[in-house]
Amino acid sequence: MKIVVCVKQVPDSWAEKKLDPTDNTLDRDAVDAVVNELDEFAIEEALQIQERLGADNCTVTVLSVGPEKAIESVRKGLQMGADDGVHVVDDAMHGSDALATSSVLAGAIDRLQPDLVLMGSESTDARMSVVPAMVAERTGRPQLTFAGKVDLDGDTVRVQRMTDYGYDVVEATLPALVSVVEKINEPRYPSFKGIMAAKKKPVETLALSDLGIDPATVGLGGSWSAVEDFAARPPRTAGTIVTDEGDGGVKLAEFLSAQKFI
Amino acid sequence: MAEVLVLAEHADGDVKKVTVELLTLARSLGEPAAVAVGDVSDELVAALGAAGADTVYVAAGSEFSDHVVAPTVSALQAAIEASHPAAVLVPSTADGKETAGRLAIRTGSGVITDAVGVAEGFVAEQSVFGGSTLVHSKVTTGTPIIAVRPNSVAADASAGAGKRVDLTVTLSDTDKSAKVTERVAEEKAGRPELTEAAIVVSGGRGVGGPEGFGVVEALADELGAAVGASRAATDAGWYPHQFQVGQTGKTVSPQLYMANGISGAIQHRAGMQTSKTIVAVNKDPEAPIFDLVDFGVVGDLHTVLPQLTEEVKRRKA
Ligand SMILES: Cc1cc2nc3c(=O)[nH]c(=O)nc-3n(C[C@H](O)[C@H](O)[C@H](O)COP(=O)(O)OP(=O)(O)OC[C@H]3O[C@@H](n4cnc5c(N)ncnc54)[C@H](O)[C@@H]3O)c2cc1C
Ligand SMILES: Nc1ncnc2c1ncn2[C@@H]1O[C@H](COP(=O)(O)O)[C@@H](O)[C@H]1O
Repeated sequence: MKIVVCVKQVPDSWAEKKLDPTDNTLDRDAVDAVVNELDEFAIEEALQIQERLGADNCTVTVLSVGPEKAIESVRKGLQMGADDGVHVVDDAMHGSDALATSSVLAGAIDRLQPDLVLMGSESTDARMSVVPAMVAERTGRPQLTFAGKVDLDGDTVRVQRMTDYGYDVVEATLPALVSVVEKINEPRYPSFKGIMAAKKKPVETLALSDLGIDPATVGLGGSWSAVEDFAARPPRTAGTIVTDEGDGGVKLAEFLSAQKFI
Repeated sequence: MAEVLVLAEHADGDVKKVTVELLTLARSLGEPAAVAVGDVSDELVAALGAAGADTVYVAAGSEFSDHVVAPTVSALQAAIEASHPAAVLVPSTADGKETAGRLAIRTGSGVITDAVGVAEGFVAEQSVFGGSTLVHSKVTTGTPIIAVRPNSVAADASAGAGKRVDLTVTLSDTDKSAKVTERVAEEKAGRPELTEAAIVVSGGRGVGGPEGFGVVEALADELGAAVGASRAATDAGWYPHQFQVGQTGKTVSPQLYMANGISGAIQHRAGMQTSKTIVAVNKDPEAPIFDLVDFGVVGDLHTVLPQLTEEVKRRKA
C-alpha cells in the first residue's frame, strides 16, 4: 500500500491576514506559516493505516505544493512519522488558484501512483474545500471527501462522508482519494526521536517541468478568474450591551421584537 | 437573453430555499433555468417553475444521487451543452462547491466560490478573512461558474414557464466510482438546516455540558431556528460535530445569529461574522464576542435564555 498525503502550508490562523495590494494575492510574508491544521489529521490517518498494515506493507509520502518555505510542512509530516516527502516548487506558481493548484497536485499524484491519496477537507486560508474534488476529477479517482471515518478492506475503501444531516457511507475501489474532517482522529505530536529521524528522511524536489506542466497554465497569469478590487468592510457599529439584572431575557426579547424577529 | 442555470437543491420533492434564492438572482442576470438531478418528480418540476424557472433541465434517476458529486457534474455539463448559458449558479454548500470545482475543470471554465452576491457582468462579491474584507472577482475564461452562499439573496419566487427539458446524460464508470451505500440521519428532526436557517441559536463551552444545550434548543424551537455550536462544545461531545460553526465547521450567514456562552474566538467568528444581526449572552463583559454584537447581555445564559424563551412565547401568544 502506497499512501500520499497532501499538506499545505498556510498562514497561522491566529494572525491577521492581508491582501498584497500590488497583485491582490495573499501577503504570505506578513504572517507566520504553519501546516494546515486538517492536513495533520490526514497525516495521522495515514500513519494509523500504516500501523495497522505494518511498515513493511505500507509507505507514507508527504506531498506539498508551495514556495521554498513550504518544505517546513513536508518536514513536519516526516517528524510525525511519514517515510519520505515530495515538494513541488516553482516560481511560476505564485498566485495559483485552486484550479492551478489541483493540476500541480494531480501531476505529482499521477507520477507517484499511490493507492490512496489523503488530504484535508479544507485549508484555513483558501477555505474553498474544492481542491480534493478537483484532484479527484483530474486524476479520475473516486472522490471520498469529508470523511469522518476511513476503513480499508483489501482494495475496498469505505468512508463516512459527513453531510448536513449526518453521514453517508461511501464505498470505492482503490486507487482512491479521501479527504478528512477533524473528528476522524487526534493527530500526534512529533516525538524527539521523530524529529531527529526526520532529518535523514529523503525529500524530492520537483519543478513544473518534471511534471510536464506548462508554467503559463498556473500562477496569476494562468488563472481563469481575476480579482477586480477589494476593500476593507466598514467595521460594525458598536452594539448595545446591557447587564442582566433579572430582566436580561426580557430586554433581549424587546430588542428582537423591535428588529421584527418575534 | 441567455439563460442562467441554477443547480436545484431538493429533498423529498421539495425545492430548498437556497434554490429559490438562486433563481431570484438568476432572474436579475438573465433568463432563469433550473437543473434538477436525481429523484425528480413532475411535482418538483412544477415547483421549480413556480419558484421562477422558465426552463427545467432534468436528469432523472437514482444513479445520479447514489454516487458522489461526479454524476451531477455530468448532468450540468449536458445542461450547458443544451443551453449555452451565460453562467451557472450553484449553492455554496459542501457538495455545491465540489460540483462547481469539477465542472470548471470539465468545461474549461473559471470558478468562484463563497459568493455573497453577483452583480451585472457576473461580478461576484466575496467576503473573506472572517468578513473583514470584501472582494469583487470575475471569471475570465469559459462559462462563469459561481457558488453562492445560502441566505445571500432574498428569495422572491415569481412563477416562470417551468418548461421541462429532459437531458440525455451517459455516466462514465469514473462518474460512478464512489458509491453511496447507506445514508445515516443524525439530525434531530424538525429544525431548519444550519446553513439555510434565517435564525441560528448557538451554544458554546458556557452551556456547561450536553444537558446545557436544553435551554439553547428550547429557545431555538420557540424562534423556529437552527442550533449551532462552537468547537469547544462539539469537541467535548456535547453537541454533534455537524453543527459546528466556524473556520473548520459550517459558515452561516443568517438574518439573526445568537451566540450563547461563546467567547468569540477568531475561528468561530470566521463562520458567523457575516450574519446580518448578531446578539450574544455571556457572563464575561470582556468576551470578544461583544465587539461584534448588535445587542449583548452580560449574564448567565441559564437564567437569561429561559426568560427569553418564555417572553417569546408570551409575545407570540
Ligand atoms: C485551526 C483551528 C480551527 C478552529 N475552528 C473552530 C471552529 O470552526 N469553530 C469554533 O467555534 N472554534 C474553532 N476553533 C477553536 C477556537 O479557537 C475556540 O477555542 C473556540 O471557539 C472556543 O469555544 P467557546 O467560545 O465555546 O469556548 P470558550 O472560549 O471557553 O468560551 C466560553 C465562554 O462562555 C462564557 N460562559 C461561561 N459560562 C457561562 C454562563 N453560565 N453563561 C454565559 N456565558 C458563560 C465564558 O465567559 C466564555 O466567554 C478552532 C481553533 C483552531 C486552532
Ligand atoms: N498547495 C498545496 N499543497 C498540498 N496540498 C494542498 C495544497 N492546497 C490544497 N491542498 C490540499 O487540499 C485540501 C483542501 O484545500 P482547499 O480546497 O484549499 O480548502 C488541503 O487540506 C490539502 O490537503
